[in-house]
Amino acid sequence: MSEKPAGELDTPSALPAGPVPARAWPAVTHGIRRSGLLLLLAAMVAGFTRADPAFLHVANLMSVLQSVSVVAILAAGVTLTLAVGGFDLSIGAVAASSVMAASYAMVVWGLDALATVPMVLAFGAGVGLLNAGLIVWLRIPDLLATLAMNFLLTGLQLIPTAGRSITTGMILPSGESADGVFDPYFLAMGRARLAGVLPVPVLLMLGIAVALHVLTQHTRFGRLFYAIGGNELAARLAGAPTRGLRLCAYVISGTLASLGGLVVAARVGRGDISSGASLLLDAVAAGLIGFAVLDRRYPNVFGTVVGAIFVGVLLNGLTMLNAPYYTQDFVKGAVLVGALSLTFGLGRGSR
Amino acid sequence: MKAPDPILTLHGLRKAFGATPALAGVDLSVEASGILALMGANGAGKSTLVNLLSGTYAPDAGRMMLRGRPFAPRSPADAARAGIATVHQSTQLAGAPGLTVADALLLDRFVAAGAPLFVSHRSVRREAAAVAARAGFDLPLDADFAAIGPADQQMVSIARALSRQASLLILDEPTASLSAREAARLFGVLEDLRARGLAIVYISHRSGDIERLADRAVVLRGGRIAADLSRPIDMSAALNAMIGRPIESLAAERRACGRVVLEAQGVVLFAGAPALDLTLRAGEVVALTGPLGAGKSRLLAAIGGAAPIAGGALRLDGRPFRPRSPGAAIAAGVVRAGPDRHRSSFVPSAWPGGSVAETISLPHLSRWFPRGFLIGDRERHAAEAAIARLHIRAAGPHARLGTLSGGNQQKVVLARWQAEPTRVLLLDEPFQGVDVGARADLIAALRAERATATLVATSDPEEALQLADRIFFMERHELTAWTYRERIVA
Repeated sequence: MSEKPAGELDTPSALPAGPVPARAWPAVTHGIRRSGLLLLLAAMVAGFTRADPAFLHVANLMSVLQSVSVVAILAAGVTLTLAVGGFDLSIGAVAASSVMAASYAMVVWGLDALATVPMVLAFGAGVGLLNAGLIVWLRIPDLLATLAMNFLLTGLQLIPTAGRSITTGMILPSGESADGVFDPYFLAMGRARLAGVLPVPVLLMLGIAVALHVLTQHTRFGRLFYAIGGNELAARLAGAPTRGLRLCAYVISGTLASLGGLVVAARVGRGDISSGASLLLDAVAAGLIGFAVLDRRYPNVFGTVVGAIFVGVLLNGLTMLNAPYYTQDFVKGAVLVGALSLTFGLGRGSR
Repeated sequence: MKAPDPILTLHGLRKAFGATPALAGVDLSVEASGILALMGANGAGKSTLVNLLSGTYAPDAGRMMLRGRPFAPRSPADAARAGIATVHQSTQLAGAPGLTVADALLLDRFVAAGAPLFVSHRSVRREAAAVAARAGFDLPLDADFAAIGPADQQMVSIARALSRQASLLILDEPTASLSAREAARLFGVLEDLRARGLAIVYISHRSGDIERLADRAVVLRGGRIAADLSRPIDMSAALNAMIGRPIESLAAERRACGRVVLEAQGVVLFAGAPALDLTLRAGEVVALTGPLGAGKSRLLAAIGGAAPIAGGALRLDGRPFRPRSPGAAIAAGVVRAGPDRHRSSFVPSAWPGGSVAETISLPHLSRWFPRGFLIGDRERHAAEAAIARLHIRAAGPHARLGTLSGGNQQKVVLARWQAEPTRVLLLDEPFQGVDVGARADLIAALRAERATATLVATSDPEEALQLADRIFFMERHELTAWTYRERIVA
């Protein structure tokens, strides 16, 4: 899945493959590869600003960040599972069922935010635990296990309400009407702004990005996560508790996915059955674009968040330019293909 | 013993990569039959020479003549058409899981232009049998390629190479992954091919191989020919030419050893296997030799907590020792470096954790960074100390592993397990793909240990002789102390 060049070079003389190019050129291509996506992002911002100066207004930038916050939170979790050499395809369904669970808890059971939020986060952690059980103990391949979990949850979330969205006053399958309301404190999670500027979801996204970046890059746990993803056997032989660490990665991923679901529920203010539809693929795309940011070629949280913002800026700019909504997926795909070919394709073989 | 008509002559061959000259003017003629051994430490230019002959690279200067005519292959396919067959070190590349041996033998035909689109099983089998027969090999044609041993895979490579009417066969480290018995089979095949008048260039740094096979040995050092020896080959002269200084006897007289560190009493590796007894003392180096599959790796894995034992008991410093995992063994001071460093010790070079310093620190993270955060110079200092102590040739502590030669990579593995005090150090085939100079450094570092008991598994008896205070021979999971008449110098 990920590119892992094996460092099997027994003779230094075998190092450079192919003709030796002129001196300056590799430095240039290396520079482009390294910062290609960041340059492209800057170019996009400049271009959109030129087309409409309102693009660069704080309010608009915050709206871009707010629109990508959920995807970025989910993608940060996926990045962690990628780092341990796995893949969590259940995050979209975890987020969607978290939307339903939160709504059900407040509207049907009449719980408040203080009870709902921990309950839903525990649900996400529980799904992560279940994923880890399937993958680590039953040894089901990670893609299959989490894909199965994705289907299971996508279906499960429909059952309590017989496939209907959850709003105050809805009629339950039993015939009673649900009279609970969304706790205003809960709604604040999706709608409030710190100092009237910084939306809470953006704050959550930044906090999680910083925390996971520090975890993966600057702690020994992160080092072990990557060691497992790079060579699980070597990590185990070096004494790392590989099962426990992989379990951690999936639990964190599940918990973050349910946090993403909570933010969606708080913004929308109802339990919409279709709210998680595109989250999975957008988050995976952000994580994979993250490989290319700074030419790291491995999953990294910083790159993932930049990847999510990259897609968000693109879509926001297109909307401002009045591009029809139905062209958005096409443009998103085209830019992905272009950006990835640029970073992965340039100067291949010079390594 | 110069034959009158050389098949291949090289004149002033030069090749540089950037500012680094890999070949600095090589003149050589290869007779039309016989086995020429090409020796040299890592980086001496062996691979570059092979790559020039096989058409992978073009020389910067100099001429190559094949059968008296100028020879300038533009691609490996070009060289193969001219009659030069190259068998590379990694035999797995000759086929793939899911292909039968017959398929693997005919791969070149399948990819050739004009090959028929549909092939019947019977015709494949018939043609493959013909290819194998031409090389004189008996191969299990219907077996899965991944299921046959490395020696058979090597035979497949050679048979394929020969099926293209080769007149010169180049073998790059063919015994690197073979057991002694498999290697002996390969030698038989090569001697047979020599008798049929084929010229063979045999690249190796295993002196045992060369002593047995070679009619002539050419030693490369620093991109030049440092020695050209005919049979009988003076191995110590060849080895001296290879590293440029005389090698001393590495394993000197048996030293006085400390107290018993590890005892294995009646250890049974799996139900039905014979019981093993073994005692290791502080400061001694014990080698375990014998063919592949004899149980050497299994015994090391069992002591290192990576494999269960079916019976018997281990005692560490007199107390019962039964590690449930490698982590538990490491915590008790019993550390093990598995065979094949890329598989058992390293993460990919470009992946996080693929630098020299990060490779050394991996098992020690919780001790060096008890608060979790990777703050401070502990890791860098450990790597710098190891680079200095073991003479690791690397750009620095943060150099990626992929930029190091095999010998230096193996030094990093040893540095990892010597970075903290240990009770027992277990090394499984630590000299694979390691040149003589690096091997000497590794052995010196092992023999310098005072408090640790070291147990090394190697299928090369000569390595065992160079290395160890005591040697055990292991065959069919049974241990016997090995006595020997004389120490071989280097």
